[in-house]
Amino acid sequence: MLQIKGLCCGYGDMTVIRDINFELQEGGTLALVGSNGAGKTTLLMSVAGHIIPKSGQVRLNGVDLVNKEPETRCGLGVGLVPEGRRIFPDLSVFENLVVGGYSRPSNNQSESMARVFEVFPRLFDRKNQLAGSLSGGEQQMLAFGRAMMSKPNLLLVDELSLGLMPSVVDECYNALGKLVKKGIAVILVDQNSDAAIDFCSSTLILETGNQFWHGKSSAAPKLAIC
Amino acid sequence: MAYEIVVLTNMAIAVLFALSLNVITGFCGQVSLGHAAFLGIGAYTSAMLSKSGVPIVITFAPAMGMAALIGLVVGVASLRVRHDFLAITTMGVVFLFTGIVRKQEILGGEIGISGIPAPDFGRVGLLATSLLCVLAYLLFTIWVRRSWAGFAFDSISEDEDTARLLGINVPKFKLFAFVVGTAGAGLAGALYAHQVRFIGPDSFGFVESISVLAMVIVGGIGSIWGVILAAAFLSALPQFFQVIDDYKLLVYGLLLFGAMRFAPEGIDGLLKKIFRRRAVK
Repeated sequence: MLQIKGLCCGYGDMTVIRDINFELQEGGTLALVGSNGAGKTTLLMSVAGHIIPKSGQVRLNGVDLVNKEPETRCGLGVGLVPEGRRIFPDLSVFENLVVGGYSRPSNNQSESMARVFEVFPRLFDRKNQLAGSLSGGEQQMLAFGRAMMSKPNLLLVDELSLGLMPSVVDECYNALGKLVKKGIAVILVDQNSDAAIDFCSSTLILETGNQFWHGKSSAAPKLAIC
Repeated sequence: MAYEIVVLTNMAIAVLFALSLNVITGFCGQVSLGHAAFLGIGAYTSAMLSKSGVPIVITFAPAMGMAALIGLVVGVASLRVRHDFLAITTMGVVFLFTGIVRKQEILGGEIGISGIPAPDFGRVGLLATSLLCVLAYLLFTIWVRRSWAGFAFDSISEDEDTARLLGINVPKFKLFAFVVGTAGAGLAGALYAHQVRFIGPDSFGFVESISVLAMVIVGGIGSIWGVILAAAFLSALPQFFQVIDDYKLLVYGLLLFGAMRFAPEGIDGLLKKIFRRRAVK
């Protein structure tokens, strides 16, 4: 479903990640692991469209994404749960979800929203509350829900457990498991690399921007990377 | 009676002008320090046309169109800049406008355009027309606010990058806000030209841009009703207390400072706070 070949990207003259190659099937999960500054977020952002690659290919279901704007990619099925949640604090939970569904105006919004509330019942209880007044865990759930509203086939999750207490992290992983069962492919970045590797079927290790290792998670080398 | 009608017409024009900036700065979060340029473009377009014999009401459409067209150009040019840089870019627009107008003989140069024909429907008619224009623009902005575009604007004004990654076509919405906002300013300009019947480059300078921004901030950025209240109040203030006219900028500056320091959400935020407290009691 997602194919990445020889991907190089960076900011300005600086190249941050070099020659990345991997494929991800429908419902597949990939843990992106590496130390700080290895290029994990850069790789995610280049798939989401926030960074234009210097060279290489990014294809989703056979469609070339490289020259597509972020809003177009979203409509093609790329969903993002950004680092630090980045929900809209002055909008209500309901309004945040509505904004999440804009890229697919033809979708039945209430149906998508019902699906979100099924996975995150707590969001339903707080539907009319301002998103900024939610707890960190609830904000993370909202960020997931908002990404689900565009019916993605590929979900990019950046720093899932950042700033969350352990029980909430478990809850978020459970929810992510439910999404994977629905056939959504996931690329996951988490500071707790063991948890990410355990959750995902495959792993890609980045080291200072280079692809160090890629394969099944069960065979992933134990490294002191974090 | 005639004096009250003049004051009321001025208030209506100020409300329309402030509402138009509210679309750009309030809804879409794009700070503009050059909004008076578009008031000027509307005023000059309408004045030139009506002096050449075109009925006043017919000049409204080209005044709006011209302002919106230049608003679109400014919008496209400033898509890449944000926050402080956008504010400085838009500030440049107003200096550019007055600079160009001053050097154009055809636009009256330094002296401006005088002898703009009085509306044939009289002062009361002009007041009624202004109120109708305000009402139409008001209904349109309420509709935009309540439609799905309203949430998209909110998300852009809160976090543009995330909005983009969620699939919202940010450039399109920004340009829409620029076009709607500058068209509203153009309409206000057309009304203004026929209200005062004399316009010059000084009427549309940086000071006017700051004054209208003060109205939006004092009213509450993004709040339609707050902005209407603030614009009506601030525009009437110097007319009722002549002494304030000399110190208009000082009073506006103090209000702006007061709003920023004590009520960052403006009149709208204050009213909401008071009513919420009552509801709790």
